[in-house]
Amino acid sequence: MSTEYEAVIGLEIHVQLSTRTKMFCGCELSFGDDPNVHTCPVCLALPGVLPVTNAQAIEYALQIGAALDCELSPVSTFDRKNYFYPDNPKAYQITQAARPFAENGRLGEVRIHHAHLEEDAAKTIHTGGGGRIKGSDASEVDFNRGGTPLVEIVTEPDLRSGAQVREWGQLLRATIKQLGVSDVNMEEGSLRCDANISIRPAGSDTLGTKTELKNMNSFRFIERGIEAEIARQKEVVSSGGEVEQETLHFDPATGELHSLRSKEEAHDYRYLPEPDLVPVVPTEAMLEAARNSLPELPAARAARYEQLGVSEQAALLLSFETEWAGFFEGVLEADDTIEPRVAANWVTGEFAAELRKLDDQPLAESRVAPESLATLIGLVASKKISHGAGKTVLEEMVSSGADPAAVVAEKGLEQISDSGELEKIVIQAIEDNPKPAEQIRGGNEKAIGALVGAVMKATQGRADGGEVNRLLRQHLGL
Amino acid sequence: MGDIELIAASGAETAAKIANGEVSADEVLDFWLQRASGDALNGYLWSADRESARDGVDPDGGAIAGVPLAIKDIFCTEGVPTTAASKILGGYIPPYTATSVRNTRAAGLPMLGKTNMDEFAMGSSNENSAYGPSLNPWDTDRVPGGSSGGSAAVVAGGLAPWALGTDTGGSIRQPAGFCGIVGLKPTYGAISRFGMIAFASSLDQCGPLTRDVTDAALLLDVLQGRDDYDSTSVGIDGDVKAPTAERLDGLTFGVPRGLMSEGIEAGVLARFEETLIRIAELGGEIVDIELPHAGHAISAYYVLAPAEASTNLQRYDGVRYGLRASDEDLLAMYEVTREDGFGPEVKRRIMLGTYALSSGFYDAYYGRAQRVRTRIVEDFDRAFGKVDFVVTPTSPTVAFKLGEKTADPWTMYLSDIFTVPISLAGIPAISIPAGLAEPDGGGPELPVGFQIAAPAFAEQKLIEASFALEQAIGFDGSAGLAGGVR
Repeated sequence: MSTEYEAVIGLEIHVQLSTRTKMFCGCELSFGDDPNVHTCPVCLALPGVLPVTNAQAIEYALQIGAALDCELSPVSTFDRKNYFYPDNPKAYQITQAARPFAENGRLGEVRIHHAHLEEDAAKTIHTGGGGRIKGSDASEVDFNRGGTPLVEIVTEPDLRSGAQVREWGQLLRATIKQLGVSDVNMEEGSLRCDANISIRPAGSDTLGTKTELKNMNSFRFIERGIEAEIARQKEVVSSGGEVEQETLHFDPATGELHSLRSKEEAHDYRYLPEPDLVPVVPTEAMLEAARNSLPELPAARAARYEQLGVSEQAALLLSFETEWAGFFEGVLEADDTIEPRVAANWVTGEFAAELRKLDDQPLAESRVAPESLATLIGLVASKKISHGAGKTVLEEMVSSGADPAAVVAEKGLEQISDSGELEKIVIQAIEDNPKPAEQIRGGNEKAIGALVGAVMKATQGRADGGEVNRLLRQHLGL
Repeated sequence: MGDIELIAASGAETAAKIANGEVSADEVLDFWLQRASGDALNGYLWSADRESARDGVDPDGGAIAGVPLAIKDIFCTEGVPTTAASKILGGYIPPYTATSVRNTRAAGLPMLGKTNMDEFAMGSSNENSAYGPSLNPWDTDRVPGGSSGGSAAVVAGGLAPWALGTDTGGSIRQPAGFCGIVGLKPTYGAISRFGMIAFASSLDQCGPLTRDVTDAALLLDVLQGRDDYDSTSVGIDGDVKAPTAERLDGLTFGVPRGLMSEGIEAGVLARFEETLIRIAELGGEIVDIELPHAGHAISAYYVLAPAEASTNLQRYDGVRYGLRASDEDLLAMYEVTREDGFGPEVKRRIMLGTYALSSGFYDAYYGRAQRVRTRIVEDFDRAFGKVDFVVTPTSPTVAFKLGEKTADPWTMYLSDIFTVPISLAGIPAISIPAGLAEPDGGGPELPVGFQIAAPAFAEQKLIEASFALEQAIGFDGSAGLAGGVR
């Protein structure tokens, strides 16, 4: 009998804060500027310099802590994490190891162990030899990124699958994005995620030996990497082996996992309380400000939309993007007779699809205002035009910014309300398409689609679908 | 006025001469540049010329403007080599200037030069300088003390009117004592550390080495203050004023006899006891106190300071500045650069500190040493509940001979037995000359330092009491002043 295994996954997520300046010096943050232009004696670790904590970073960090429902520490402290690497000019990273600023939180179904503040490393670029240090011609360091404020969020091992990690990761990203404290752009590295993965017999409450999957730049890759690693661990264990503690890299191009280092090669970071910095002691006013600064966060918003009758799928889509939520709510405000469920389907369905067709036009650049989409939805809901015609109108609106009523009038898209006229068209369609008509009469009802299509074509989509269906069935004797 | 008068004049006296037109600031600078160029003590690692001495200096800086200053080579000075007496920073020229140095320039003090020291301030004899030891002007076969040995030697030897040093476990007070001058270590946090090359960050503190207590007060006033670039700096409330006290009435001086039970030279002890008698003559009261944990201070210090140093010195990796002894590959760059660049004492402390912080040893070493430190802080708190000051000899011996203690680091470390507990407590202390004494085993007489410690931020009170005592002692440093020039 084979044992069933379940995966146990915890995440470490690094969030670059979008403060004006770096964590411990006055250099401006930047992305994409020439290398080494945003540097100073402090972030280059010249002899004699001292760090000074960025107050805005504390403020942003406290907001993240509050949004993750954490206990915000009355006193948090910094430590030195020691290791030699050219991207780490002091050869120690200033982090919060012993007393982080936030602990014991929760987002959705996942508990947060803690969140701490630290500084980002500089960026190393290995030229030649495939971008890895081994075999490269040269290694170059760009210190622009060095010292960027980071919040590291460490979850409890509450996740069970790659798909759950992707979904939860997206919720986390949307939550932080809405706070406005980070760009949370995974490709640019302002959000980075490591996963600790182990397996255990289903139902067991022990923890197996974990591996760490490093730093992938999209939640899709993370999902795939985690699934690959879970499969690998199951394979190892079911063939009688033991999972070894190691750090892994997932290559999304090949789907393969590579070992970066084993337990034996693990660093001894020789943590030491940072003597150059005083503890962070937020005042009651600072804590209050962090808690009060929280906007309606995605999880709460999704729940509210679902209560309005919006489907779960659409509610999540709308909640994760503030501007889409705003657009959706604008539609409802423009016409309060529109059902939220219908509006949500139009916004996340047809409208989003039209924007994608225009080279993924961002919503902010769209020529369609929530009010005109509301007008269009109203025209369809009141059966002035068919759903099909509605799509035609929307396409025109998105490409030219035209008024929906004007498009309807200009193209003559008003629904055929005269059932005598429609009946003639239906009869003609059956005559013109003897083959599907025969199949339907023979019991293949699916073939009716071909006839509906023919009617729609003849009416340029102006017919009401339900009515067409009814008339076809009547004349086919169903 | 004659040269001898200028050599012997204190900073305050020279400033007064400039103010009343007896001598011009230019003449004063030229005179001291000339003196510094005759350095027979290896006190300077770099000497200024007229232009560089005045770089960034405000000529109208205030009451002490125009009196040049020697600066320990641990302070970063833009455009001027700054090595911390290490080979690994050979030729390094910083792009910025330490806050404390900027403050002295704003006060109008030209820079005479950068003074010799133990490498990265690690040492008690100046013999750990990568550029050869500085010598004691009283006897050039003897060490000036350390780590601010160059600063002490140039002030005592008539090569500078006053100097900046740093003190981590006694590095201002001990060389001041060995050279017969005044050395003040302020409260931790009184003066910015920004731009001071770090040895042990939780202990390092800038301070003045001067001819007398008044000069120490004047320099402290210029140096102290909160600095936005050092979050551990707080400054001292109000101005530090030149002292005027003549008596010690109503003040109590605690003597930790338990700490002084062994290893003190007879001559040093004799000057110490005489000084206690002078205190009593001036109206002060002498009481015995206990500092029960101070005996563990050296052990704790040699865990804590190396631990911090081991991480502070990791930045010297050959990547961005200073020595790069190999670029064979990344590991060789780190290893060969640090092997070649650091001297033996620095390596010893890096290894001690690295070991103390290693996974599994942290609690046994660093954690325990921190707890000892806390106890020592509490010992002083308790003592200051009963007394105004704590007094000891600055060092258990007078200046020892070059090479005498280099073979035995622990004996060398014990040279700081009276200064280290005060550093761990973070409180201010001063060393003033208490007279001369023969070393054990005989020989010419050498200066003996008397250390007075006060509660945190009680610098003004400390300076007043030290001044009254200094006047009563009337120490004559002229034999040292004659010893600095070839």
